[in-house]
Amino acid sequence: MFLNNNKSIIASIFFAFCLIFIIVPAHALDVPVLQGYVNDYAGMLSPQAKSQIEAELRAFEQSDSTQIVILTIPSLEGENLEDFSIKVADAWKIGQKEKDNGVIFLVAKQERKIRIEAGRGLEGKLTDLLSGRIIDLVIKPKFKRGDFDGGFIAGVHALIDATRGEFTADKIQYEKRDERASKLLTMIIFGTIILIVTGSISRILSILAGAVGLPLFAFLTFTSFGIFTIIIFAIFGALAGFILPSIFSSTRHHGSRGFFHGGGFYWGGGSSGIDFGGGFSGGGGSFGGGGASGDW
Amino acid sequence: MRKTYFCILMFLLLIVSGCGYNTIQANEEAVKAAWADVEAAYQRRNDLIPNLVEVVKAYAKHEKETLLAVTEARAKVGSIQMSKNIIEDPQSFAQFQEAQGAMSSALSRLMLVVERYPELKANQNFLDLQHQLEGTENRINVARVRYNKAVETFNTSIRIFPNNITNSLLLKLKMKEPFKAEAGAEKAPQVKF
Repeated sequence: MFLNNNKSIIASIFFAFCLIFIIVPAHALDVPVLQGYVNDYAGMLSPQAKSQIEAELRAFEQSDSTQIVILTIPSLEGENLEDFSIKVADAWKIGQKEKDNGVIFLVAKQERKIRIEAGRGLEGKLTDLLSGRIIDLVIKPKFKRGDFDGGFIAGVHALIDATRGEFTADKIQYEKRDERASKLLTMIIFGTIILIVTGSISRILSILAGAVGLPLFAFLTFTSFGIFTIIIFAIFGALAGFILPSIFSSTRHHGSRGFFHGGGFYWGGGSSGIDFGGGFSGGGGSFGGGGASGDW
Repeated sequence: MRKTYFCILMFLLLIVSGCGYNTIQANEEAVKAAWADVEAAYQRRNDLIPNLVEVVKAYAKHEKETLLAVTEARAKVGSIQMSKNIIEDPQSFAQFQEAQGAMSSALSRLMLVVERYPELKANQNFLDLQHQLEGTENRINVARVRYNKAVETFNTSIRIFPNNITNSLLLKLKMKEPFKAEAGAEKAPQVKF
């Protein structure tokens, strides 16, 4: 008896430690906030040029799904242009996920430096060489004359021409939903099995497991939401913890039909879709350092 | 009996979520992926070199030595046995890094020599190669930084508690080698074109 007790104490201490070491990742940012297609922090563009470029880039993303974003900064403050550029690229994640079709057109005003950072998916068309030529032949001459508006517009046109046709905007919404749905499906199947197993031991256990497990899974899947949502998830979880094992144990004798009945619970997944608020954001594209640099 | 089942279930769940089993595996995969990028970036540079040597040769016939150094460095890089566990073996990793470092310095010497040949610098082929070479060097840089980060994450994840227990009992994975700053090359040779 004593030995058993001792063992369970050690076990619980071990569990407690394990729980402590569930780490939620955090990241620090000292990259400018992504405001839209044109992020003119150095004030280099006139309002007309800015709205013209924004309209063109929005239309281009709608037709081709390729995201091109401009960033101007007053100064690099001693930082290396390429290092800063990849840092911005990693933070903003311009371009669609899986396609990696983002371009960042970066200008540091004080250092008079230009960089085109091409996403991985565009490296085939917008090669380092082509990026270099766009900087040398299209942007640089205009910047040298002080014609920033013209330089940005011509540069954006060149980038659009270079990347047009590489991708098309097909079913972006569907892809995002599918991915979320498959995560939910895994979560629901896994959760259901656990609830049925714990429910066969004790109904109270399965209710508890549901009340704790569902919010936890939801938290791990969608990362962030408020306490209120967690409570709702907990209530749903507790209900599921009570209902699922009951369905299972009462229909067990009727064979497989009962299981299909249990499938009705999938409905619960549809209502919990969490959407990003409005505004502009990168689609999750990744960068590998492709592109070119130049100065004027 | 029921209690034991429950304990086993909870134990398994916690092992999976809290004791780093999955984290360690994921981190190792991240290191492997980052290493593949490093290899690809270096390979890309290696592929550029014959063209570069050809173009330079046509204009700078008197720079045989510099050109030879580049060709030799390339041959040496090519001769290194790229075993699968190079990232776990400090010795062969150091060899790899040394050979690539020699390649870098041979290339930067070549680019300095080129300054003396204005016609070469005006050649469109050469300008194109310069852009590609710059781009490749930047890719190498990015890939190396990311690889080192992935290695740091992985090495940390097998050393911290309780992951170290999980690793020593179940996974038995080795520490991975990061790139070290090359002696006297803390600042990459800036080739100004």
